[in-house]
Amino acid sequence: MVALTAEKQDQNLLSRMAAGDGHGENSAYFDGWKAYEENPFHPIDRPDGVIQMGLAENQLCGDLMRKWVLEHPEASICTAEGVNQFSDIAIFQDYHGLPEFRQAVAKFMEKTRNNKVKFDPDRIVMSGGATGAHETVAFCLANPGDGFLVPTPYYPGFDRDLRWRTGVNLVPVTCHSSNGFKITIEALEAAYENARVSNIPVKGLLITNPSNPLGTTLDRDCLKSLVNFTNDKGIHLIADEIYAATTFGESEFISVAEVIEEVPDCNRDLIHIVYSLSKDMGLPGLRVGIVYSYNDRVVQIARKMSSFGLVSSQTQHLIAKMLSDEDFVDEFIRKSKLRLAARHAELTTGLDSLGIGWLKAGAGLFIWMDLRNLLKTATFDSEMELWRVIVHKVKLNVSPGGSCHCHEPGWFRVCFANMDHKTMETALERIRVFTSQLEEESLKPTKPMSKKKKCWQSSLRLSFQDTRRFEEGFFSPHSPVPHSPLVRAQI
Amino acid sequence: MKQLSTKVTSNAHGQDSSYFLGWEEYEKNPYDEIKNPNGIIQMGLAENQLCFDLIETWLAKNPDAAALKKDGQSIFKELALFQDYHGLPEFKKALAEFMEEIRGNRVTFDPSKIVLAAGSTSANETLMFCLAETGDAFLLPTPYYPGFDRDLKWRTGAEIVPIHCSSSNGFQITESALQQAYQQAQKLDLKVKGVLVTNPSNPLGTMLTRRELNLLVDFITSKDIHLISDEIYSGTVFGFEQFVSVMDVLKDKKLENSEVSKRVHVVYSLSKDLGLPGFRVGAIYSNDEIVVSAATKMSSFGLVSSQTQYLLSALLSDKKFTGTYLNENQKRLKIRQKQLVSGLEAAGVTCLKSNAGLFCWVDMRHLLDTNTFEAELELWKKIVYEVKLNISPGSSCHCTEPGWFRVCFANMSEETLDLAMKRLKEYVESTDSRRVMSKSSHERIKKLRKRTVSNWVFRVSWTDRVPDER
Repeated sequence: MVALTAEKQDQNLLSRMAAGDGHGENSAYFDGWKAYEENPFHPIDRPDGVIQMGLAENQLCGDLMRKWVLEHPEASICTAEGVNQFSDIAIFQDYHGLPEFRQAVAKFMEKTRNNKVKFDPDRIVMSGGATGAHETVAFCLANPGDGFLVPTPYYPGFDRDLRWRTGVNLVPVTCHSSNGFKITIEALEAAYENARVSNIPVKGLLITNPSNPLGTTLDRDCLKSLVNFTNDKGIHLIADEIYAATTFGESEFISVAEVIEEVPDCNRDLIHIVYSLSKDMGLPGLRVGIVYSYNDRVVQIARKMSSFGLVSSQTQHLIAKMLSDEDFVDEFIRKSKLRLAARHAELTTGLDSLGIGWLKAGAGLFIWMDLRNLLKTATFDSEMELWRVIVHKVKLNVSPGGSCHCHEPGWFRVCFANMDHKTMETALERIRVFTSQLEEESLKPTKPMSKKKKCWQSSLRLSFQDTRRFEEGFFSPHSPVPHSPLVRAQI
Repeated sequence: MKQLSTKVTSNAHGQDSSYFLGWEEYEKNPYDEIKNPNGIIQMGLAENQLCFDLIETWLAKNPDAAALKKDGQSIFKELALFQDYHGLPEFKKALAEFMEEIRGNRVTFDPSKIVLAAGSTSANETLMFCLAETGDAFLLPTPYYPGFDRDLKWRTGAEIVPIHCSSSNGFQITESALQQAYQQAQKLDLKVKGVLVTNPSNPLGTMLTRRELNLLVDFITSKDIHLISDEIYSGTVFGFEQFVSVMDVLKDKKLENSEVSKRVHVVYSLSKDLGLPGFRVGAIYSNDEIVVSAATKMSSFGLVSSQTQYLLSALLSDKKFTGTYLNENQKRLKIRQKQLVSGLEAAGVTCLKSNAGLFCWVDMRHLLDTNTFEAELELWKKIVYEVKLNISPGSSCHCTEPGWFRVCFANMSEETLDLAMKRLKEYVESTDSRRVMSKSSHERIKKLRKRTVSNWVFRVSWTDRVPDER
């Protein structure tokens, strides 16, 4: 009794934010991460380990990056070639950021949008990764209790980034597989009305383009209609373009920056872009997030808020040098797209041959896999059961659609850009074995359920039985289990 | 502008205060020995620029770390992908040991209780999010670092209630001041969640005495509240007395594993001791696992760049380097501080006796026209625009007595500091003579009432001196 009281007292001594679950990381979803951390796949040391396919990282061009860094010691302030700049950079904490950094990032943003638009370096505001950028934008545009419309499915991290410390609500805009999960005006209006009925003042619409987890890009007409929708309603449009340079094949990325040029009465004070180098360049560890706003006041205040998450000046200096090397950047983007296309093709060809469906898309570091026909019932409980089998038996950590707030059960996000060719082969082989086992067991739901226990169910021994539908689905890029990165499998 | 949040439309970021305006003036006309010798000398920036040579020498001797290599192999790729909010284990271990070394290895820091943040700016805000919310308040002794108004209150909604400290006892914290502040918070309908102190103090440059630390620990014990000790200047102590951390006091009182110890949190950063504010390396140290857990998740909003963590883990793991650095840093700070103090004395100005920090708390009360903050601001403007020194007025640090200024000494060369002191001396001397002149002119005016032309001439020569507009 005393212990309980002490604990309760302790809870009262902390803020509700600290003591509560708003960070979203207590969901059963973390079984997947834990399974991976406890038994990570390694082609030689742990060939039976769990393959990480839940991590949207671009690891395909690390060799190009490493080579450039080795060939350009002057980009470091620590090497003999660069140390003359050490003290100036080490004391530089101006929240405007190094001018050369902003210029180089602006140029890079232009290149990744096929040079169809210009970006003003003075509108570039730093943040602690896109994670920090999103939170800053939410703090700037909304008060506690306000809401942002977000099309589903969406990146689970938004629940934390946009809501946790800001007190802002996310109102889902439901998208359906029937039209390829496209955002419709009807869905937008329905969401807007839902918010109104729930007394949530809508402050903006947040889109991720290219989409996470879908991998699709918004076409020009759709983008225009979104700009018109927000403009008419007088609400903000926030475009997370973190995957801008991950388009491949014939897919074209059109930035909101381009579209607003074609909407003459667009109120630009309502347009904001969130960006980062984590995906396009594969540098999540360097924490380079960007808030780009067309609203002067937002730029001003976001800049003051950037004090809470400035980019390390050491990193600003490196990035400024790297992104100013236009030949390198052009070559990097070109090769990255080719390699992404190749790895994507490898995965999708493999899935095609196994009769597994996936949403046709040409961007991102993942595919949106369709396993609806493997569900016992069209419910999220079934999705979770299937997911646990995939994690624990097939030994692939993938992300269940429920954690992305998908309206329909049975979809899974599967990442492909964070592994080498051999690992991909292994993953596909495991999927092949799994599907052939399923066929043997005649598990298709169209056939009457046999009394005999399904093999994928019988081998499942779970102590954790969470049958809740994910309302607080959460994907964190950060493993909850400490893990030194320096023993990661070499590519 | 109802389309933006109240955080945007209000001025709660606190950056319209004079503290920041001085910065702006400096930016428009910065001193440079060669290019702009008449520019404003920046003495409002608490930066440590005295020991870069030591770090640069270390870099030259450690090419692997400098080039992001391990055993001769580039690990850039691995670092580029490392975004685990638990931080690089080697870095946290090295940081914990560095913190121990600064405290004479009298106390231990467990790396698993360290949460990394993007500078102490982020660390303080994150800790506040964990401990307080709208309707809550933290008590802070005045004067305090102006940035706290932004860091602790802006986005968290928490309030600061001052603990008034006065020059009568060297601005030390007293029990009655603590109790008064606590009661004041209650009058304002605020729930007091804790006390935050900076030790060594910014802007005073003094260390909290054992008496004060004991008082604070007893106070938070009796009130069941938190104590945050921002020890960002712990490595800048250059006097004969050693730095006493709140952790020392917990140990001495045998409270190390007690309930109270869970409410004592330390904030640290490498911005002042190592002079690396650009690298954004801050840390929270807490014995409360819920705080560590929540703060770790919150650190996602401001992680330390992995390349920075790697470089610094190598630097701080080199015990030979850290020992030499801490020693040499203290020596150089001591010399530079002495130079400032002597220069001030030559200008007839005294300051609070101090033995830490990167600044002195300077007493210019005798230069005020009246004992008011208006007069302090007038004096400050003169110092910025006429004397061309950017210093920080005490009012921006919430000091309750007008006339005190924070003057930094560790961010400039000896020559620049000399020049600054010369300028100040000239100004004080000219002010004295003006005062003498005005006093005697006042007398003459009284005597020569009918000589109206003369009256007019004398008054104009004094009152027409207005600061140059920039």
